[in-house]
Amino acid sequence: MKSLKAQHHILADAYAQIGIIEHGMSDDLVLPLFREKLRQSGLYPLKPTEITIFQVNIGKMCNQTCKHCHVDAGPDRKEIMTRETMQQCLAVLEENEQLKTVDITGGAPEMNPEFRWFIAEIAKLNRHIIVRCNLTIILANRKYHDLPRFYKQHRIEVVSSLPFYTQDRTDRQRGNGVFEDSIKALQLLNEVGYGKAGTGLVLNLAYNPAGAFLPPSQAALESEYKEVLEQRFGIVFNNLLAITNLPISRYLDYLLISGNYESYMEKLVNAYNPIAAENVMCRNTISVGWDGYLYDCDFNQMLELQVDCSGKHIREFDAGALAKREIITGQHCYGCTAGSGSSCGGAIAENGPKR
Amino acid sequence: MSEHYYNKKDLAKFSKVADFQKNLGDKFFDYYGEVFKDSELTAREKALIALAVSHAVQCPYCIDAYSSDAFEKGWSEAQMMEAVHVACAIRGGASLVHGVQMMEKVKEIAM
Repeated sequence: MKSLKAQHHILADAYAQIGIIEHGMSDDLVLPLFREKLRQSGLYPLKPTEITIFQVNIGKMCNQTCKHCHVDAGPDRKEIMTRETMQQCLAVLEENEQLKTVDITGGAPEMNPEFRWFIAEIAKLNRHIIVRCNLTIILANRKYHDLPRFYKQHRIEVVSSLPFYTQDRTDRQRGNGVFEDSIKALQLLNEVGYGKAGTGLVLNLAYNPAGAFLPPSQAALESEYKEVLEQRFGIVFNNLLAITNLPISRYLDYLLISGNYESYMEKLVNAYNPIAAENVMCRNTISVGWDGYLYDCDFNQMLELQVDCSGKHIREFDAGALAKREIITGQHCYGCTAGSGSSCGGAIAENGPKR
Repeated sequence: MSEHYYNKKDLAKFSKVADFQKNLGDKFFDYYGEVFKDSELTAREKALIALAVSHAVQCPYCIDAYSSDAFEKGWSEAQMMEAVHVACAIRGGASLVHGVQMMEKVKEIAM
């Protein structure tokens, strides 16, 4: 499967996407504006709390082409962060101790040739490092086979996508053979101690719905995952993060093609939860794009909605301006506030934030 | 009133039945909400039971709601279809078991 960009698809254009998300595909669909919901919750304009998470998307290159991917990542995407931009990120981290967590994402971040150098440099700064690993990358090529040991060496928290504990749902979303390879990769992570009590090596799994629906209860799902993965494959892990699919990029394409767009948006709007709105991740996170531009979150990044303040690039990072800025919101934000809410750390209104 | 006895959009208006009799409506929906919570059975298990019962009572609103709910809660298509077969077997069996009554009546009157 090719990326939307390689297909020259209209949804590869951020402005076209925003047009659909904001105005819908037909005049029949009239949804309340997200900013009005925020206003009713006393949260508009949405402002940051304390920015503690520095999320860096180091490239759109990926060994997979998942149907729901909001990044439109894939093997045909060549946009990756350069060492120069990474050095600018490191300089910002050195100067801003409040950025306690560095969350590395992609694409498959490991495919960036500077990935290991970057991680080693961040580790020197004594930060909590998260890597969002798609699991199959570990088996994709011999040069990646030692990734579990590399993660362990730097005490990295690994967050791995496993949209379900059965093969059918996982492969439907992420491609044929992904489930089997993911299971092998999880076993390799367990072998070096990840997910095991007493090791301190954290392995979290990320669930996201394989279809046009919201995640069920994160706590209930975590119990099921733990029971099934241990019984069938001997796999253990720490927490399950239930993540809602936001209606952008390839997932938006799926919603439109399958005729589910309107009902999904209605579902998100009807499930608006003010407690989740209060805890949205964009209030404590700053997202850095592969080219160094700054965004409120990874989703705004894909919609090319740069932060609304001075210092839009990492080389001109201005913590003061970022702390005072208004976070840019749109209709897609209903995805983070529906039901138990959603963030890169999972549900935000079920059992409280994960971190 | 719509031109059809069943309208998909009516499902979203279910709670409006309380408009005509608030006291009983509220009691029903409180009870309904309580029934589907995790308890001795999980909410996930209850979703599959509800799906089977929806087919037994042949309620299109219930089938719409619990097909989504059961799938969202992780039941596979095959598991959901087996649940429908359970409903079918019970409904079919309920007819067939009356065959015993028929047989006994016939034996009673036959020479």
